[in-house]
Amino acid sequence: MSKAREAKAAKIRQLMETEGDAVGTSTRGFNEGRYQSVQTLDDYEGLKSEARAIKEDAIERLPELIDQLRETVESNGGTLYIADDAADANQYIREVCEDKEAERVVKSKSMTSEEIEVNEDLEAADIDVVETDLGEWVLQVADESPSHIVAPAIHKSREAIADLFNEAFDPDEPLETAEELTMFARERLGELIEGADVGMTGANFITADTGTMALVTSEGNARKTAVVPDTHVAVAGVEKVIPTVEDLRPFVELIGKSGTGQDITSYISLLTPPVESPTVDFDAPDTPLSATETDRDFHLVLIDNGRFDMREDDQLRETLYCIRCSACSNVCANFQHVGGHAFGGETYSGGIGTGWEAGVEGLDSAAEFNDLCTGCSRCTTACPVEIDIPWINTVVRDRVNRGEVSELDWLVEGLTPDEEPGGVSLQKRFFGNFETAAKVGSFFAPVSNWAAGLDVSRDLMERFLGIDARRELPEFQRETLKDWFESRTSRVDDPVRTAVLYPDVYTNHVQVERGKAAVRALEALGVDVIVPDVRSSGRAPLSQGMIATAEDHAHDVYAGLAEHIDDGRDIVVIEPSDLAMFRTEYEKFLPEKSFERISEASYEVMEYVFGLLDNGADADALSAGAGEEVAYHSHCQQRTLGLEGHTEAVLSDLGYDVATSDVECCGMAGSFGYKSEYYELSVDVGSELQGQFQTDENGDRTVVASGTSCLEQLDSLLSRPMQHPIQLVAPRR
Amino acid sequence: MSTGTVATFEDSLERLEVGWTHASPDGLADVLEGLCSDPTIGVSLPYDGVDLPDWVNIDPTPADLREANAGVTAAGLGIADYGSVVVQGTPDGVEPVSLFGDLHVAVLRRSDIVPGMPEAFDWLGEEFRTGHPSAIIATGPSATADMGALVKGAHGPKEVHVVILDE
Repeated sequence: MSKAREAKAAKIRQLMETEGDAVGTSTRGFNEGRYQSVQTLDDYEGLKSEARAIKEDAIERLPELIDQLRETVESNGGTLYIADDAADANQYIREVCEDKEAERVVKSKSMTSEEIEVNEDLEAADIDVVETDLGEWVLQVADESPSHIVAPAIHKSREAIADLFNEAFDPDEPLETAEELTMFARERLGELIEGADVGMTGANFITADTGTMALVTSEGNARKTAVVPDTHVAVAGVEKVIPTVEDLRPFVELIGKSGTGQDITSYISLLTPPVESPTVDFDAPDTPLSATETDRDFHLVLIDNGRFDMREDDQLRETLYCIRCSACSNVCANFQHVGGHAFGGETYSGGIGTGWEAGVEGLDSAAEFNDLCTGCSRCTTACPVEIDIPWINTVVRDRVNRGEVSELDWLVEGLTPDEEPGGVSLQKRFFGNFETAAKVGSFFAPVSNWAAGLDVSRDLMERFLGIDARRELPEFQRETLKDWFESRTSRVDDPVRTAVLYPDVYTNHVQVERGKAAVRALEALGVDVIVPDVRSSGRAPLSQGMIATAEDHAHDVYAGLAEHIDDGRDIVVIEPSDLAMFRTEYEKFLPEKSFERISEASYEVMEYVFGLLDNGADADALSAGAGEEVAYHSHCQQRTLGLEGHTEAVLSDLGYDVATSDVECCGMAGSFGYKSEYYELSVDVGSELQGQFQTDENGDRTVVASGTSCLEQLDSLLSRPMQHPIQLVAPRR
Repeated sequence: MSTGTVATFEDSLERLEVGWTHASPDGLADVLEGLCSDPTIGVSLPYDGVDLPDWVNIDPTPADLREANAGVTAAGLGIADYGSVVVQGTPDGVEPVSLFGDLHVAVLRRSDIVPGMPEAFDWLGEEFRTGHPSAIIATGPSATADMGALVKGAHGPKEVHVVILDE
């Protein structure tokens, strides 16, 4: 393994060991809470679209909204300052504090303040800064960085926090329980808030019409921070501005549910500073609040720091819609296992973190963790503002690829049939051009499989391509699906439909049997089947960030299928990740009409069988289950498309007893699990699925899975045979 | 028995493990006496003919805030779907009084309970544009999970009780 890969693998291994359990328990809890909580909404999808539309509009009109906000803030008696960058913001905040002769600033949680590192700046000016959010305070005491954008100390267990406090504060009685730790922090921080000169908060949203800021919290520290001292500094990115108070409503309903799975957090503070509440001056403890002269000062510091450039960037703009709820972190299988210390950059972590880091810090910071997004797409339906997070990750990957200059460029350029410049790593190039490798593999099979399996070959593959030697390689079949299909004659008289079975690379070259089963099943249901010669979908290069190559595939695939579609034929796809290309990513590559045609004509194979049966096809033509117990793992992208249920329904209708896994992803994710730097993480993620299929209840069930990757992963983790669901239901012939 | 929006509000409070009591204007003092222990601070209620009992300190100092066991304030609105009460940030100190005591008692007129967030934001938008510009949508007690398990009572009240004023 190369040194860089080895170092990355070691860091991931260490974080899995030290922080993985704590991060995993909490994020899985949040994620499960989200699924339950959003069910309480009458129209969850509608609310998300509403939230999305508000953000799209706000970012579109941002300069105008900021002008309006400046007027309202000033007429309310506050000050609005737009900071170009971190240094500018810090200087302004420091000057406000120095004007007040502030000795102590108390802060409520704010990621934006982490981004500009204002604490360090103020401390350098001898101003004491105290984080009052309990999680942030733990990190301040421990001198660590946040591992999650909402629950910053998620990586620390109760025991670790107790050890930290007992060591740092030496309390009379050692602290142990969460209750004791919380009450200790409440007391201590309460005193620090009482003596504070300036309160600093973030802002989740700011309304241009009234200058009202919304703070989403549960502890009450933000309330105290904003109300006790007479000076309030709020720090937020410029993207937080929305038009009106009423526009807050969808966000208030979505943010807690999406993030920590709470219907709503304890407090949504809607403050229009300077607020009318009396200041609480603990230096005059016996002066009634009614007799306290309240003269509040408010400074809203809006930070650009790259955001206006993101607004002009057609690919990164969506990032600005992010409301920092953390849904994309919690739903992410990789994040659940390593947390934000691996899956994060300078400030931001999780799926959307790449977009933020690329925008505010630069590509280098984003490149550190961008590869941990496998494109499984589970975050896209979790995101309350419908951001296509995997696409942002892909775009950033593409830019990172293009920014990198490899010493071996002269060697690989021209040898690979892709559209990419020299910067793409050999590893990414290999996986991105898998179609070529598969063609060669099948042509030379079984010699190619035998040669690839040799120790010396695996050693070379690991050294030059970063393919982990512990991972079994796919076995190329000498007779491809297309060869097999061409050597036989169709047996359907008077067909009800004609279907094009899309020969994806894996079905065509490796898992040929599932392709044959699909042909048999469709023909048994009265469908005339065609298996044409069409290029691979472009999923492989896309997942390596090779966008130009993926687009090239899209054009060829559409050209290869267009006449079939025009002739009224249905496109049936076995591999869910390829179907997801047709139904989702091709929108970025094809003219609108072309995208509509291919996405509407395409079906996942079990979805198609479901439709045939639903329209009267004879289920007796398929293999009945007769009560056979089946353990089913759907595919991440298939679930995102809402197609998990079709397989379950078909199997149930045929008399199978189905138990379905509920993990978000198998962890294999195409090439991800092959890469030596990620192999162990991939196996760790897969162990959850393994566990679910090894319980007493599921341990003897027949295993079926929809995706190639899922089958490969399961095959390495279970000792039972496994297959695609279509193989289970296809007539045996 | 309550019906409609009020019943939904009560169900939500039940789910949050927040206590509630119905009271008539005349019966409020007795209800508060049963809920609060000394020292109790409060802010005069903005409802005609409804006064807080004498033993509630309605002119608290910072020291009183620090020592308070209970804080009694009005709530401008109840939101049935969520069991939330809207605590407005007024010059007479509703915000600090509702925040510092271990128990917050929110006194809410039955007629001020609305079904959900759409109605609440219609009301808030109007309030904010006509001069009552700050409010907290408070749902249950303050809480944190940052110390390894859910704990009620972080920086704010450990307990909330809603008194529904039946007029």
